[in-house]
Amino acid sequence: MMKHYTVAFAGNPNTGKSTLFNLLTGLRQHTGNWAGKTVISAEGEFTHNNRVYKAIDLPGTYSLYSNSADEEAARDYIIFEQPDVTLVVLDATSLERNLNLALQVLEITGRAVVCINLIDEARKFGIDINLKAISKRLGVPVVAISARNKIGIDALLDQVERVATGAFTSKPLQITYNDEIEQGIAQLVPMIEGVIGSKYPARWIALRLMDGDDSLLTSLKANMDPKSTSNAKEVVGHGVTACH
Amino acid sequence: MESPLVTKKGADTLDSLLAAAKNLADGSSIRDEIVSGIYGVSSSICRDTVAYRDKKKLNSTNKLDAIVTSKIWGFPIMLGILGIVFWITIAGANYPSSWLASLFGFIEGYLTAGFQVVHAPDWLHGVLVLGLYRGTSWVISVMLPPMMIFFPVFALLENFGYLPRVAFNMDRLFKKSGGHGKQALTMSMGFGCNAAAILSTRIIESPRERMLAILTNNFVPCNGRWPTLILLSSLFMAGAATTGALRTLTTASVLMGIVLLGIVVTLTVSWVMSKTALRGVPTHYTLELPPFRRPHIWKTILVSSKEKSLNVLTRAIVVAAPAGVITWMLGNIFVGGDSILNHMAAFFDPFGQLLGMDGFIIMAFILGLPANEIVLPILLMGYMSSGAMVEMDSLGSIKDIFLDHGWTWLTALSMMLFSLLHYPCGTTLINIYKETKSMKWAVLSAVIPLGIAIGVTFTVAQLVRLFGWV
Amino acid sequence: MSRTTISLSEAKQGDILRIVSIDVQGVLRRRLLDLGFVVGNEVEMLRHSPLGDPTAFRVSNTTIALRREESSLIYGELIGGEE
Repeated sequence: MMKHYTVAFAGNPNTGKSTLFNLLTGLRQHTGNWAGKTVISAEGEFTHNNRVYKAIDLPGTYSLYSNSADEEAARDYIIFEQPDVTLVVLDATSLERNLNLALQVLEITGRAVVCINLIDEARKFGIDINLKAISKRLGVPVVAISARNKIGIDALLDQVERVATGAFTSKPLQITYNDEIEQGIAQLVPMIEGVIGSKYPARWIALRLMDGDDSLLTSLKANMDPKSTSNAKEVVGHGVTACH
Repeated sequence: MESPLVTKKGADTLDSLLAAAKNLADGSSIRDEIVSGIYGVSSSICRDTVAYRDKKKLNSTNKLDAIVTSKIWGFPIMLGILGIVFWITIAGANYPSSWLASLFGFIEGYLTAGFQVVHAPDWLHGVLVLGLYRGTSWVISVMLPPMMIFFPVFALLENFGYLPRVAFNMDRLFKKSGGHGKQALTMSMGFGCNAAAILSTRIIESPRERMLAILTNNFVPCNGRWPTLILLSSLFMAGAATTGALRTLTTASVLMGIVLLGIVVTLTVSWVMSKTALRGVPTHYTLELPPFRRPHIWKTILVSSKEKSLNVLTRAIVVAAPAGVITWMLGNIFVGGDSILNHMAAFFDPFGQLLGMDGFIIMAFILGLPANEIVLPILLMGYMSSGAMVEMDSLGSIKDIFLDHGWTWLTALSMMLFSLLHYPCGTTLINIYKETKSMKWAVLSAVIPLGIAIGVTFTVAQLVRLFGWV
Repeated sequence: MSRTTISLSEAKQGDILRIVSIDVQGVLRRRLLDLGFVVGNEVEMLRHSPLGDPTAFRVSNTTIALRREESSLIYGELIGGEE
């Protein structure tokens, strides 16, 4: 029996993340064109090349730096549930802002595929995107799609498969910060690895700790305590609304 | 276990890690450096990989925004769209609703005949046909057509991206009343279902402003109340207008008035609460206005109407069917010479009269706590079981039932106001309790609207009678 | 040549500013940075809401609305506009 891979869908609000999720999983959760429409993560399944994938639609967030409950939920899922692939959905028409989230995800995990959605709209607006160059910089597969018009979906799933099975060895972009920060990271990483082992990305945790991110610490504690293994997850199956 | 340190010591070490980290990073400058580091990288990637051939083209959304959020046109367009949505709903639902009602009436005839052929006892026919079947079929014929029109149209607007513009236009009003601009978005969700809208308030980060949005969401008429409002306004408010188009127009305007009143009450309650129990400074506010996107028109309509019709049918079976049975039984079990239903109605009647309604209406609202859509069927069944048997084969005959029980336009208006303002349904209250984890706020979110509903209907009824308008 | 530095809330419709400082701390600062209100970035004032506030800005190819409370704390130098 083949392993079921898990794929987490991350992305800014309004990137068509839920549209893609619905398209793949066949779920019909209603999508809307406004920030914060996905308040509760939905779960579904899809198959590609005879492999079954479990898909999780995370809340749309601008970043993972814990400004809100949504961001905490998305961040904790990626760190603690460690999905086989994190699919970062970006809006092709505002890549600059959207790339921030992709970079933050890449600092946590290299098991990621970057998916540039709304590519047809971007072309209509006269935006040319050099996918190869972006992929080279990011060190993970980058695929342009249009979830709405079902363009590029197969190519995307091929890349998801490559990352999931380990056929693709990613070299995720690591941002080099200024000296002060890098020195701090260098001091903290061994300490972090001593305390929590190598299960979690030490460099990223070091950054968050220097940033004074208390909520991450709370989550870490909860996840290290074996009694509370069922950390607060709220997943609604089959994308039904919470109404009855 | 994979974590090597799972003891209390592990947690302490984590704290000391944080302390060490905070020592290294003094002050807030480092945070900026981290974000600027990331931002710098993403903009350098974009510079190298993204080319804009024509920056002007990106502004097409801007041109439309210049109209729908303009000083002159912003509000008229909002009201216009609201009115058109109502108009389409009422005009479109009219015929299908009466067809469904005739169809169900026709089937009922056969069912009754069938029961007679097999000499089934009267009570069985009563429970199954007059109770269960009628209750369910009324909910379906009254609710299904308007909901299958209203929600697809609303979904189109939503997918197009209009809702954030509404939030943008109305933000100042919410700010003045101490609420959050995103409350306009959670209110829009309330049109569909208050219970779901309670969950959508999670998009409001500040607990105080979120609580305001939760407490006031009830003042947006939901799925379950729309049919009551539409039916009553078309039967009673548009009475003088005889021609179809004018009648539809009047009904739509009355509904708009009701929705606007709901908004006024929302703002007022938010304002009062933010000056009293929920005092505090408004938190920060950022709202993205996403680009307008042409929705897949037919797909949106199909998905949304399928979703809604399933929802209505499930509700009809889960809630209306048992409610029909219970109401029939209450109306046909006699204690001391009268049915339980009549006893209850008689008990509430003096109170109902004060509010411009009667005992049956009050009772229907009380029995309708689990779901608002059963209020009207319970009321009709209550009336019918009290003697006035009417052939239920068209929507027009519903009006006759009401008139037989002494209804005037004031009764209809009071019931509409009460329906708009009274407590939210049971599911919503349960969700409020779950979200706020506070019994106090769950109870308050029923008591505050109830108090307002009683106050408003009482005042209206007394004024109307004082001036002798009825 | 010196350029005028004003807050975003003082910007007129069509003004384009380059952000020079953000006088906010904490969560809001982070959120503003996430949305592209970063020192050095260009912001165009699009328009006020029909009731005068909030105001829509174009930043990083997205449209973001801010209330006066927030926009008055972001400063930028005027680099272009209709006047």
